[in-house]
Amino acid sequence: MKTGMLKISPGFEEIMPPEYRELVDNGPYGKDYGIGDLGSYKELLEEHPLCAGCGLALSLRLTLASLPMPEDTVIVGSTGCSALAFPQVALHNIHSLFGNQNAVASGLKRALKLRFPEKEKDVVVIAGDGATADIGLDMVMQSWLRREKITTIMLDNEAYANTGGQESGMSMQGAVLNMAPTGKKFPKLSLPEIAHTCGCAYVAAASPAKPKQLAKVVRRAILVAREIGPTYVQLYSPCPTNYKFNPKETVSLIKQREKDGLYQSKEYISQEAQAFLESIEVKK
Amino acid sequence: MRESSYKVLPGPEGYLPPAAATMGVMLPDPGQAIMEGESVDRDTALRAAALKLIEARNPVFFPGPLILWDWKPGVAEKATALKELAEAVGAKMIPMPDYRPKYPMINPAIEVNPNHPNLTIWHNKIDVCLFIGVHCHYANLALKIIRGGTDCYTIAVCAEAGHEEAMISLRDAGLCELQRLRELVIELKGGKNQ
Repeated sequence: MKTGMLKISPGFEEIMPPEYRELVDNGPYGKDYGIGDLGSYKELLEEHPLCAGCGLALSLRLTLASLPMPEDTVIVGSTGCSALAFPQVALHNIHSLFGNQNAVASGLKRALKLRFPEKEKDVVVIAGDGATADIGLDMVMQSWLRREKITTIMLDNEAYANTGGQESGMSMQGAVLNMAPTGKKFPKLSLPEIAHTCGCAYVAAASPAKPKQLAKVVRRAILVAREIGPTYVQLYSPCPTNYKFNPKETVSLIKQREKDGLYQSKEYISQEAQAFLESIEVKK
Repeated sequence: MRESSYKVLPGPEGYLPPAAATMGVMLPDPGQAIMEGESVDRDTALRAAALKLIEARNPVFFPGPLILWDWKPGVAEKATALKELAEAVGAKMIPMPDYRPKYPMINPAIEVNPNHPNLTIWHNKIDVCLFIGVHCHYANLALKIIRGGTDCYTIAVCAEAGHEEAMISLRDAGLCELQRLRELVIELKGGKNQ
């Protein structure tokens, strides 16, 4: 993003809606903010139409607050609940056809590299489990196999949540949903392991129940993708609407799942990525 | 330029008006402009635009991102000229800072959006609007929606090839055209703002 894009033309300050003035005066662009600074600045996403207690909304908020360089980040989204929130996000973002997000992101990253060879531009795919693990799995895996320098973040709510509640490849075996009344017949896909096998330099599974860990893995994934190769982050983001739990219990449900051994945080780091992360994290 | 019998006039033309281009309306050649679907010379269009603006009950300018944000040299000068033009006309300005759909959070009292410009026009009872600094594909989208759902007269001051969806559209318009439009507004008002 050109820094001038953050400057209002003379004489127009008064007519700009307050939201934009706040983003210019107190937004995260060009500043090294993290989740510890939440509440002290104008966030990239403040209003959205997602359901009360939506785990995905919480993951998205923390993810956006963890971007190392929001002013030079382009988000590529896909169809799903997250697509309802992206029109409100104050970042460059592209909505792709359902499942096509990693193909779009691959082309975008290459084009940005040609157009701005001296400038780092982070391309981050943020999509749901349907787009990532079912409909778009081909495009996702092919981008990893081609070693595209992009980050893929899956907001895993274990369902097609805004179309009435169908099971996805990421639903747990036995999960009962409105449109899967007899329960899912096969196990949850192990996408972190697939990503690792496909050559992702950095792979992590985290959840908004541990915000600091989520922030750390998102940041690591983006920095590794910038320097080394594809990275994958899976964020468990339960859906109170389709899984029919109290919206205020989203975080406690994640903790309970972890306690029961039904969800675990993970991290796979290639040797090259490990050396890179050690070099930058020691420096910091 | 081929002439079309189709007129690009204030609506409401209906839910899905045909794209003016599909009805044979062509973009103006360099040095020309279009008025209600017909090619005219630039000065004729400027004078007609000035007249529409001063005769309007509630003229409103919709500045877009290309002029609202000071992103390259020359923009600040155009922004100042636009503000002076708005003052000469007595027009309010409602900005289009970006193209996020933002539905259903759009506040039509203070902003306009290419995806539902009709909301801002209805809410503010705008009878003449002027687009400037809006990227062409979004301007065309918004202008077509306005023509489909409102009776607002649309003027596009375009720095590129113009807009066949607008009732009056200039092309290659820059600082000079804004200054000329202001002069014409003052002249037609009888020199009151000089």
